[in-house]
Amino acid sequence: MKKILTSLALLGLVVAGTWMSSAVAIAEEEQNPAAPTHFPINEPKEMSWSFAGPFGTYDKAQLQRGLKVYKEVCSACHSMNLVAFRTLEGLGYSEAQIKTLAAEYTIHDGPNDAGDMFDRPGKPSDHFPAPFPNEQAAASANGGAAPPDMSLLAKARGVERGFPRFVFDIFTQYAQGGPDYIHSLLTGYDQTPPAGMAIPEGTHYNPYFLSGVSLKMPKPLSDGQVTYDDGSPQTVDQYARDVSAFLMWAAEPHLEERKKTGFRVLVFLLLFGALVYMTKRRVWADVAH
Amino acid sequence: MSEGHSTYTPKTGIERWFDARMPLPRLIYDSFVAYPVPRNLNYMWTFGGILSIMLVAQILTGIVLAMHYASDTNLAFDSVEKIMRDVNSGWLLRYLHSNGASFFFVAVYIHIFRGLFYGSYKAPRELLWILGCIIYLLMMATGFMGYVLPWGQMSFWGATVITGFFSAIPLVGDWIQQLLLGGFAVDNPTLNRFFALHYLLPFMIAGVVVLHIWALHVVGQSNPTGIEVKSKTDTVAFTPYATIKDAFGMIVFLFIFAYFVFYLPNYLGHPDNYTVANPLKTPAHIVPEWYFLPFYAILRAITFNVGPINSKLGGVLCMFGAIAMLFLVPWLDTSKVRSAVYRPWYKVFFWLFVADAILLGWLGSQPAEGSYVFMAQMATLFYFAFFLVVMPVLGLIETPRRLPNSITEAVLEKNKGGGGHPAGATAAPETKG
Repeated sequence: MKKILTSLALLGLVVAGTWMSSAVAIAEEEQNPAAPTHFPINEPKEMSWSFAGPFGTYDKAQLQRGLKVYKEVCSACHSMNLVAFRTLEGLGYSEAQIKTLAAEYTIHDGPNDAGDMFDRPGKPSDHFPAPFPNEQAAASANGGAAPPDMSLLAKARGVERGFPRFVFDIFTQYAQGGPDYIHSLLTGYDQTPPAGMAIPEGTHYNPYFLSGVSLKMPKPLSDGQVTYDDGSPQTVDQYARDVSAFLMWAAEPHLEERKKTGFRVLVFLLLFGALVYMTKRRVWADVAH
Repeated sequence: MSEGHSTYTPKTGIERWFDARMPLPRLIYDSFVAYPVPRNLNYMWTFGGILSIMLVAQILTGIVLAMHYASDTNLAFDSVEKIMRDVNSGWLLRYLHSNGASFFFVAVYIHIFRGLFYGSYKAPRELLWILGCIIYLLMMATGFMGYVLPWGQMSFWGATVITGFFSAIPLVGDWIQQLLLGGFAVDNPTLNRFFALHYLLPFMIAGVVVLHIWALHVVGQSNPTGIEVKSKTDTVAFTPYATIKDAFGMIVFLFIFAYFVFYLPNYLGHPDNYTVANPLKTPAHIVPEWYFLPFYAILRAITFNVGPINSKLGGVLCMFGAIAMLFLVPWLDTSKVRSAVYRPWYKVFFWLFVADAILLGWLGSQPAEGSYVFMAQMATLFYFAFFLVVMPVLGLIETPRRLPNSITEAVLEKNKGGGGHPAGATAAPETKG
């Protein structure tokens, strides 16, 4: 009896060993640098963000710079349909500043009482107007691929972390995959593709791109392109950081409130749990169990 | 453990008035105060209570979310984002609900594995176990349909893939699929019926939970020794003993749940679901929610045809078969001993099975290519072998360890080894359970 079971267990170990070795074989499978099969070619660089961790908050000056980059560069092609001007309060703007900012935009509205459509200056309750009237127009103006809406981009992008990192991420609270990816992509242009790699016509090589060797979007940022009035460096890297942080805010405007509430909830549960545990000990003290 | 007679004595006038007309206070007293529970239950037995509060939490957050949600393919995605951005505390409700689904499954998996480890399904608890399996099935349907509602890319493509399973069934498959979808592809009718069913099923779960608890209160709880309660000294009253222990278990569970809700709310989700559904653009890898991954791995492991059964139908059969195994467990296990504590070999295979289930889950998240396929096939083989070979055979050939005569004896024996501590009072938390 014992022999049978011991051999069964050994068999189990052998099978498990086979699995492991085949797993290693997968990992060691050599990639041909000119014809990669897994994307992105390079993993996103992990940056340090002010909004990371349990006490993370947005850096309002950074968000304002990011908004400037979005307004002056990204918004030429990318919509941000879900974000209303009024929510820019989260960037530290006053009501009057938001009114002025909204009024810079022209909103197509209507119909009015006469049944006509008309243009009017934007109000705080309006959302950022889209650069193209519809997806088809956006696609045809951009070589066939419509630039994605940016409202949720920082949560809609992320490179798979893989084992065992996804386990560590629970304890380090890593939730910045989106902004890390956007930053890496924006700073990942201007690299020479490996010899022999075929880059399709009308696309641009970027080893950080999530779903291929190249993408339709040309390098969007260059040094000195956006003027900062707070003395921050006017470099592609800084622009990319700022706009990634801004996009994280756009995707998750209640992040600060969430983390603040969370801390209170956890402290409450910890104290309440300790009291209940002591009560439990007292209740069970005279019962062997 | 049900004693057959009530120990409730109404003390006030109001209680007497109710007791003569509709003895609800008596039912509550008998079920949640005087109800005897084995004195040796460990923290694994707190998950029933945890699951109850998760169900209530899901229903409450879900009802409020439904007030703001629009089940129309043109509006659904934006209505969820409106909840996240503009509804007061909407982000909290939505993250509680989406992570709540995940933690509901965390709790139910621990609850199921608890049952498998301690043999909780054995006579006279077969019906109790099967009612639990039905709840689990209903939960899977509810979770799947709920994931479709935000109408993101994974919602759409997950729904397309999973409803596609049904077309593998011979003769009636296409008809069933079209009935589920309300058309030939996932579209507005699908979203509407999924929303209606997603709202209905939790109440059906609540109904089966009532039956589950009813059945539990007839046969009584099992316990870590697997020995039935024999005398009054084997039990303690539900209140305060079980209530306070359950409360502590719930708080610890809620702490971990809250950690995810507030700090990692999107950890268990997929980034693609923050992109609105697009029927013309297939995501690179379509993966279901994590709690379906083991079954997804089994589905994709069948890459070969067997006689008249093609690989697609074979995969679907194996996937449903994997769930069906759970229903058969009470009759597959031939062991006379309930608890794995006294079954040295079953214990080994149980932990191998846990490892196998986790491995299948990981494989389900990987692309079905290369050696992943072979690994998934081996893991699937072990999954079925555990139920169909290990369970029946081990019960016949295994020599169990000596069983104590009663729960009380087991408890006293354990505490003797504790080395001079007053009974139970200062034993380490994990041994006192």
